[in-house]
Amino acid sequence: MTQEQAVQAPTYDCRKAFAEELIALAREDERIVAVCNDSVGSSNLTHFRKEFPDRLINVGIAEQDLVGVGAGLANGGMIPFVSAAAPFLTGRALEQIKADVAYSRARVVLCGQSPGMAYGELGPTHHSIEDLSWLRAVADLPIVVPADPNETRAALRWAATNGGPSYLRIGRHPVPALDGSEGPFVFGRSTEVRHGDSATVIAVGTMVSRALEAAELLGGEGVDLRVINMSTIEPLDAEAVLRAADETGAIVTAEEATTTGGLGAAVATLLAQSRPVPMRILGVPRQFAPTGSTDFLLDHFGLTANGIADAARSVLRHARA
Amino acid sequence: MLSTDENRAEEFRTSRGRLADAGRESTLQAVEDLARRVRLSDLDMIGRAGLGHIGGDFSVIDILATLYGAVLKVDPSRPGDPERDRLILSKGHSAGALYSTLAHCGFFPLAELETFAQPLSALNGHPNRTKVPGVETNTGPLGHGFPVAVGCALAAKLQGSARRTFVVLGDGELQEGSNWEAAMTASHYSLASLTAIVDRNRLQQGARTEETKQLEPLADKWSSFGWEVRQIDGHDYGEVLSSLDPSSTGRPVCVIANTIKGKGVPFMEDRVEWHHKVPNAEQIMAAREELSA
Repeated sequence: MTQEQAVQAPTYDCRKAFAEELIALAREDERIVAVCNDSVGSSNLTHFRKEFPDRLINVGIAEQDLVGVGAGLANGGMIPFVSAAAPFLTGRALEQIKADVAYSRARVVLCGQSPGMAYGELGPTHHSIEDLSWLRAVADLPIVVPADPNETRAALRWAATNGGPSYLRIGRHPVPALDGSEGPFVFGRSTEVRHGDSATVIAVGTMVSRALEAAELLGGEGVDLRVINMSTIEPLDAEAVLRAADETGAIVTAEEATTTGGLGAAVATLLAQSRPVPMRILGVPRQFAPTGSTDFLLDHFGLTANGIADAARSVLRHARA
Repeated sequence: MLSTDENRAEEFRTSRGRLADAGRESTLQAVEDLARRVRLSDLDMIGRAGLGHIGGDFSVIDILATLYGAVLKVDPSRPGDPERDRLILSKGHSAGALYSTLAHCGFFPLAELETFAQPLSALNGHPNRTKVPGVETNTGPLGHGFPVAVGCALAAKLQGSARRTFVVLGDGELQEGSNWEAAMTASHYSLASLTAIVDRNRLQQGARTEETKQLEPLADKWSSFGWEVRQIDGHDYGEVLSSLDPSSTGRPVCVIANTIKGKGVPFMEDRVEWHHKVPNAEQIMAAREELSA
């Protein structure tokens, strides 16, 4: 490995892209407001507040109120970006998300900040690994998990104009920028970030760049891994999943979330009924994480390039057996 | 989405226009007449459907009739008008009272009430804004309408609009903590255009509120949360109408409307079992007589 290759690619906290894009959108459209729960700092909204002091609504530490107020602002013609740490937004206010936002079809953009195990040592109370399972169970609620800063910006822009409710998972754990050659984020459409025909890894958020690393690891073994970034989890890009099953015959999913009902469950439900192919589902099993940093916990649960490569080897053995 | 009954909507506009120039007595008479018609329709709906929440409907109908009959700036032909006043029924189980009121004002045809709770009807057991014009948000789980109303009032304030927001809360519902989160937000943002009306009938599903989880001293609670409090007889049309005047203090207004569950039908009044008991044919006849008298 050369010196240049050993240098790590720069990584980004997607909350910065979130904050910058929200300001850009707010300059273009005066209906855009930010609503937060004492989360001005953790949602990176300090600059937004400085430029638009009246359009930053802080309801204090009160998530049920937070989401309800967002729905009311939408009713009143505003476009609220309701932003809070993902565990509290989705856990504490789940019924408000269901009744006031999704069922009422309120144009509220729910922004779950620092999802997954981004809060590492703060522990399972502060982890948001259940959000994808919970929210996939709610009808009429699109779920978008951007994988890098560019996707974060594009997802915000889509959400501002989509006319209905949405949930965006805004990552805090640093991720590299993806090569945008496969085109920009399009809602409801996945991107094939690496072509390949041996097996497919379908990943979201922090797992996309790790899946690409796994593909590099497997290259020397004659395995040509396809990597799909499924930034929209609901509605799932079924066409891309079925094509991957047909063309590669083996699927691995990877997400920084419980395996009970997120991406893996969505893909498995589709494949089991339409194209049953061998599959491995990577994520956090149904258990509370032990103490540790985000990186430690991702290692602990096998959510690494090596873990993904192992799952790919395993699913390929299964497919060839 | 149901569509407007244009004839009735025209009657509504004419009546509201006429009342604006008429004296207070005519207004109160019109409100009383609307309330009587709403109670009769609601009774029929619940009897036909074999389900509903008649006790809480009848405690809140005089409030709804006053709002729609004399206060709210709404046009049944333009339920999506951005400048309409907002009314949110947070005690969504009183959907029957709301549906009946909306239908009598022309938001949708009266005949639609016959479908209440029937398969595929727009009129579910709890109101749905995507199907019923005039409904602002989907309520049913308690403690939801108030935060949404706070958001509506905040939007009006940001837009510099004078439109008003009203939210009708059950008293038992105040045991939900989300209401007090909303109460703090409304006073923090000085939302003077917001009026919360508590249907204080003192009964909840299982027992009296004060036996279940005490709400008193209720007026003190609201005052201490920064609200202008008005305590009234929720069945005295004059008191209800006056209580809905805009804030005089720059603070949001809480109207504690002392009401009687099942009001208007003596054998139902203030009795816990009429929370969601359904009257039989004989009881419907008797109730009809009481309400028509």
